[in-house]
Amino acid sequence: MSENRIDRTFARLKAAGRKGMIPFVAGGDPSLETTLALVREFEARGADLVEIGVPFSDPLADGVVNQRAYQRALEAGATLRGVLELVAAVRKRSEIPLVLMSYVNPIHRFGGARFAAAAREAGVDGLILSDCPPEEMAALGESLTTAGLHSIFLVAPTSPERRILMIAEKARGYVYYVSLRGVTGPRDRLPDDLAEGVRRVKALTPLPLAVGFGISTPAQAAAVARLADAVIVGSAIEARIEASLGSADLVAQAGAFLGELRAALG
Amino acid sequence: MSTQPIAHEPPPALPDALGHFGPYGGRFVPETLMAALEALAKGYDAARRDPAFQEEMQNLLRHYVGRPTPLYFARRLTERLGGPRIYLKREDLAHTGAHKINNTLGQVLLARRMGKRRVIAETGAGQHGVATATVAALMGLACEVYMGTEDMERQALNVVRMRLLGAKVTAVSSGSKTLKDAINEAMRDWVTNVEATHYVLGSVLGADPYPRMVRDFQSVIGLETREQILEAEGRLPDCLLACVGGGSNAMGLFYPFLPETGVRMVGVEAGGLGIASGRHAARFAEGVQGILHGTRSYVLQDEDGQIRVTHSISAGLDYSGVGPEHAYYHDAGRIEYASATDEEALQGFRLLCETEGIIPALESAHAVAYLPLLARELPRNSAVILNLSGRGDKDVEVVAKALELTPMRKTC
Repeated sequence: MSENRIDRTFARLKAAGRKGMIPFVAGGDPSLETTLALVREFEARGADLVEIGVPFSDPLADGVVNQRAYQRALEAGATLRGVLELVAAVRKRSEIPLVLMSYVNPIHRFGGARFAAAAREAGVDGLILSDCPPEEMAALGESLTTAGLHSIFLVAPTSPERRILMIAEKARGYVYYVSLRGVTGPRDRLPDDLAEGVRRVKALTPLPLAVGFGISTPAQAAAVARLADAVIVGSAIEARIEASLGSADLVAQAGAFLGELRAALG
Repeated sequence: MSTQPIAHEPPPALPDALGHFGPYGGRFVPETLMAALEALAKGYDAARRDPAFQEEMQNLLRHYVGRPTPLYFARRLTERLGGPRIYLKREDLAHTGAHKINNTLGQVLLARRMGKRRVIAETGAGQHGVATATVAALMGLACEVYMGTEDMERQALNVVRMRLLGAKVTAVSSGSKTLKDAINEAMRDWVTNVEATHYVLGSVLGADPYPRMVRDFQSVIGLETREQILEAEGRLPDCLLACVGGGSNAMGLFYPFLPETGVRMVGVEAGGLGIASGRHAARFAEGVQGILHGTRSYVLQDEDGQIRVTHSISAGLDYSGVGPEHAYYHDAGRIEYASATDEEALQGFRLLCETEGIIPALESAHAVAYLPLLARELPRNSAVILNLSGRGDKDVEVVAKALELTPMRKTC
């Protein structure tokens, strides 16, 4: 278990009394080379783990910012295989935990067992599937476990206690708490019931809890960090990338934003 | 042959408790929706067994929808094709002009029973959107319909109808701008407003319990047909024929006949510009197992698992996936699947107009297009039932344009 970089990272954070900063980027937006540079920049700016999105044509759990990011990535030719190569490239020089976030169909098409082996080989540490609850993960889940990869599951504000317990039992690495009812995307404010929701989940699982969806500013990140073990920021970073498309300082701009987020967590 | 006395076997116990039809079906949705699906399944199972719910449903089907719809013997069409006796199940005569209302009536009644104040729907051809808006108006619920901009253009009449019925029609301009993207957007709405909103999915698609629930609501078509054909012919039909987009009209007709091994069943998919062109919606011709919109089934996709953009002249068949129960019976060999191209569908459209004075929906015209082939295979004394799933008023403009572009071969 402790072999996994995710577990080592959360253990280290806990020992240091620090909160984790988890940026998300859509793999291949606007190119795989850029994503590689972004991951390296994020690590240099204090990211504790990076989630890399696997582009999909029909991302129904994502808002418009990530939809456009995936569209750009697909138009630039990004594939699951390409994202795995990207991970392998990061892994040559880094031990930062890397988690793929995908919709289930590209993984299914690739083949579950084949994916698990290829992901391990590349240096992936875990997988989040946006549209696949634990009930439908049986065979793939086993393949991932065999390969030493963590299945990371989402818990939502609408998840009843019975489901939280079932998910917590199957989850590895961390639990991804979806802060809001809705799709990904920047929001002006955090949901009113966030603190209560986080407390409800924390009472039911000893796993580290990371909160994502809608967290857009350093102030919001700081507020979430007071409740949870880690903060996930995705669309707000993608929005920075989108605003810097074609500009030479795209990586620096996104990195500077990550630095602000990291600083806000303390 | 189906002239033998038929044993009444209970329908197969599908899906299983988790919504699986063999390897197909299931619940592939974001966690945010899982509790809602569980509640919906529970609510549906309770309603199904509640005589009061059934009675209200039956009453509205009869007096509001106009059921039973006729099973009509198409004499001139039969004579023209010179083969089996052809019957049309006239779903085009149901209120709003298509079979879609059988399902929306059931789902909106259920939504109201479950305390939802708002319903949402996706629509391709607009028939499901119109049927949802209609029942929402009847029940006094707020209604929002998602529709691809390409479909809004080619089915403009239905957009006006939905708005007249008080629904908000929201244009979807992402991706292919058709049904697939309308479903994505409806799912995004549902994830956001799940607690007060019911998503009225329009076909035997999506996560459990939708495929079985929509099938059950639509099976009124097959149940009526069974009685009607026994009265007309004194025996069961030899063959059932229906177009297959998501597959709800086909499943509605086929389902009650599944245990009758003497009854052949053929589903007709949209062949678009031809299978070889790659521009079609024939999932059983080129699709492979995949997961789209909550369910595992046959899906048109590329080698990397990206969903392919489909093409059909008919908005209602223009979709990359197909109902999981269809996938199951495809593999089992129980239901056959064929496809008709845009041009063949236009010929079928004209054939029915000219022989029977019935303007079919372009969707249903795909099934009509397959009749000449069937007629050659089946003996004269056999009986075929075609599900005329909708009427074609909405398609007149598209057909006029297509006829201008490609002058048709004379069909009579």
